[in-house]
Amino acid sequence: MKFSALIFANLFRKKARLLLTIGSFAVALFLFAFLGVVSDAFSRGADVAGADRLVIINRTSIINTIPLSYRDQILRIPGVKYITHDNWFGGIYQDEKNFFPQFVIDPENQRQVYPELVVPDDQWNTFLKDRDGAIVGAATMKRFGWKMGDRIPIKTTLYGLAGNAWEFNIDGVYHGKRPQDDETQFWFQWDAFEERVPERLKGQIGWYILRVDNPDDSARIAKTIDGMFMNSPSETKTETESAFAQGWVKQFGNIKFLIVSIGTVVFFTLLLVTGNTMAISVRERTPELAVLKAIGFSDRAVLGFILGESMVISIVGCVGLLLALLVIPVLARALAGMLPTLLITPKTLVYGVVAALLVGFASAILPGIGAMRMRVVDALRRV
Amino acid sequence: MVSVDGNGTTGSLIQVRGLDKTYRRGNEDIHVLQGLNLDVDKGDFVAFMGPSGSGKTTLLNLLGGLDVPTRGSVTVAGDEITHMSRGKLTDWRARHVGFIFQMYNLIPVLTAFQNVELPLLLTKLSKAERRKHVETALAIVGLAERMHHYPRQLSGGQEQRVAIARAIIADPTFLLCDEPTGDLDRKSADEVMDLIKRLVGEYGKTVLMVTHDPVVARQAKLTLHLEKGVLVEAGERPQGVVAGGAA
Repeated sequence: MKFSALIFANLFRKKARLLLTIGSFAVALFLFAFLGVVSDAFSRGADVAGADRLVIINRTSIINTIPLSYRDQILRIPGVKYITHDNWFGGIYQDEKNFFPQFVIDPENQRQVYPELVVPDDQWNTFLKDRDGAIVGAATMKRFGWKMGDRIPIKTTLYGLAGNAWEFNIDGVYHGKRPQDDETQFWFQWDAFEERVPERLKGQIGWYILRVDNPDDSARIAKTIDGMFMNSPSETKTETESAFAQGWVKQFGNIKFLIVSIGTVVFFTLLLVTGNTMAISVRERTPELAVLKAIGFSDRAVLGFILGESMVISIVGCVGLLLALLVIPVLARALAGMLPTLLITPKTLVYGVVAALLVGFASAILPGIGAMRMRVVDALRRV
Repeated sequence: MVSVDGNGTTGSLIQVRGLDKTYRRGNEDIHVLQGLNLDVDKGDFVAFMGPSGSGKTTLLNLLGGLDVPTRGSVTVAGDEITHMSRGKLTDWRARHVGFIFQMYNLIPVLTAFQNVELPLLLTKLSKAERRKHVETALAIVGLAERMHHYPRQLSGGQEQRVAIARAIIADPTFLLCDEPTGDLDRKSADEVMDLIKRLVGEYGKTVLMVTHDPVVARQAKLTLHLEKGVLVEAGERPQGVVAGGAA
C-alpha cells in the first residue's frame, strides 16, 4: 500500500486523459452489460426451460395447428406426467406498440406443467369460474397500471376474426418464482377461445407442453410421440423445451454470434485505445521511471506501477457496470413486451469485471515490459 | 586518499581497476574509457572534469552500477559490482548510491516530501519512521517548510536541494553528482555546493562529482581530468594524489 501514493499521483498526472480513459472503459462495460443482458434475454427461454418439459408442435411449422384429440393418446405414453396446450392469440391492446404475449391456455393443467409461475389459489378459482377471465403477468400489470377486476379489450388479428375486440376480466396475477421468469404473459381460457373461433379451428391447438416423470426418458418419449403421429395429417415434432426455445431464438438469426462479435469489437477497440494511452503515458515519463530504477526500484516494481495504474483505471471503469445496473431496469420497463425480460445477472457483472481487468492488464503489459527492460543510462539521456 | 595509478590501498572505499568502456557506433568502436584506475577513500570529495564526450558521465554510470564496463572492475566497500546481476545491482544501488542529476529529476506529481521518501519505500521502515527521516533530510537541506510543495512550486536551486535530500535519505555509501549545478544560476549553484560540502565536512559523505564548471570543481578536495580514457590529476594535490593512469 505504501506505493499507492505513487500510483495515484501518476494516474492524476493528466486528469482529462484519465477521465477519457475511464470513460472509455465505462462506456464499453455498459455496452458489454447491455449486450449480455440482451443475449441472456434471448437465450433465457432455454435457461428457464424445465428440464422435464417437452414441447410438441406441428412438424410443418409452429403456425400449423395440432388436433386436441392427440392429448389423450399422448397422456397414455408411459412416463408422461402432465400435458397442457397453448394457442398464440396475437391480439393488440389499444395500439400495436403495446405488445405483450397472449396465450390461450388449458386451465386444467396449466399450473401442473408450469409450477414456477404462481397464481394464488383464490385468484385461480375465480379465473376458472369466469369464462372471460384472464391471468396476467405481474410485469404487464405494472406496465399498463392494471388492477384486479379491470376489463381489458384485446383486438384480435388472427383466426379470421381480425378487428374484433375481446374483453377480458383480470381475475389474477401470476409471479415467477425466479427473477428470470417471464412475467409479461396474458392467459385466458381455451373454452372461451374455442367457442368463438370458426368451425375449422375448433379442436385445434397451437402446441402441447408436457412434463415427464424422468428427464432421462425425454428422448424416448419424444420419439414415441412423433412415431405415433407419423403419416397423419398433422405430424408432430417433439423436443425438449430448451431445444424448442433455442430453435425459436435461431429464427431471429444468430443473435449470440452477433452480440459476441459486437462485444469483441468493442473490447478490441478499448484495448487499442487504452493500450495507446498507457504507451503514451509510459513514454512521457521514461526519465522518471529511469530515476526510480536508478534509486533502487526493481524492474518488476516499475512493471507493477504501470500495471497497477492500468488496473485502477479498469476497476474505476467498472462504473459502467453500475450505470448498467441503474439504466437497464429502466430500459427493461420501456421495452417490456418488445423484448424478453431484460435482467442484469451477477454472471454478467462478474464477466464485465473480469473483461475490464483483462483489458487493463493487456493494455499495460507491453508498455510495462518496455519500461521494465529499459536501460537506465539510455533513458536518462532523454531528459 | 584518492589515487589514479592503480596502487591505492586495499582499504579504499571505491576501487576501480583497468576499467574499459567501448561503445560501438556503426562499424566503429569508440573507446571511451581505457584501463582507468581510481581509488577513493571514505569522506573524499572528487570532481571529474573533461571535455564533452570524454566519458565523465559514463564513468559516473559505471561507478553507480547503472552501466556495465567492457572490461575491468569496480569494487565498492568490498562489493565487486561489475559482475552483479541486474537485480542485485538494483538492490546494491538502493543501499550504496545516492544520485544527484543535473536536471534534478524529481517526480513532478509528488511533493518534496514524497520525492524524498521514495528511496525509503524500498526499506522496511514504518510510515512514522519514514516521516521522521524525511523531515530530517529536508531540514538538512533547509527545505523543511517546503515539504508539501510540488517541484513546479520550487526554484531550480530548491529542486536540486530536494534531489540532494532524496540522495542522502537512505544514508548511501557515496553520492554521485552529475553536473549538480549545471542548470542553476551562480547563487543557487553556490548554495548547492555549500550543501554538498557540508555533507562531506559534517556528515562524512563521499562525493564523486562531474562538472564542467572550474569554479564548482575547485570546491572539491580534488579535481581529476578525463583525458583519452584515463584520469589524470589536475592542479594541486591537497590530499596527496598520485598522478597517473593505466597504459
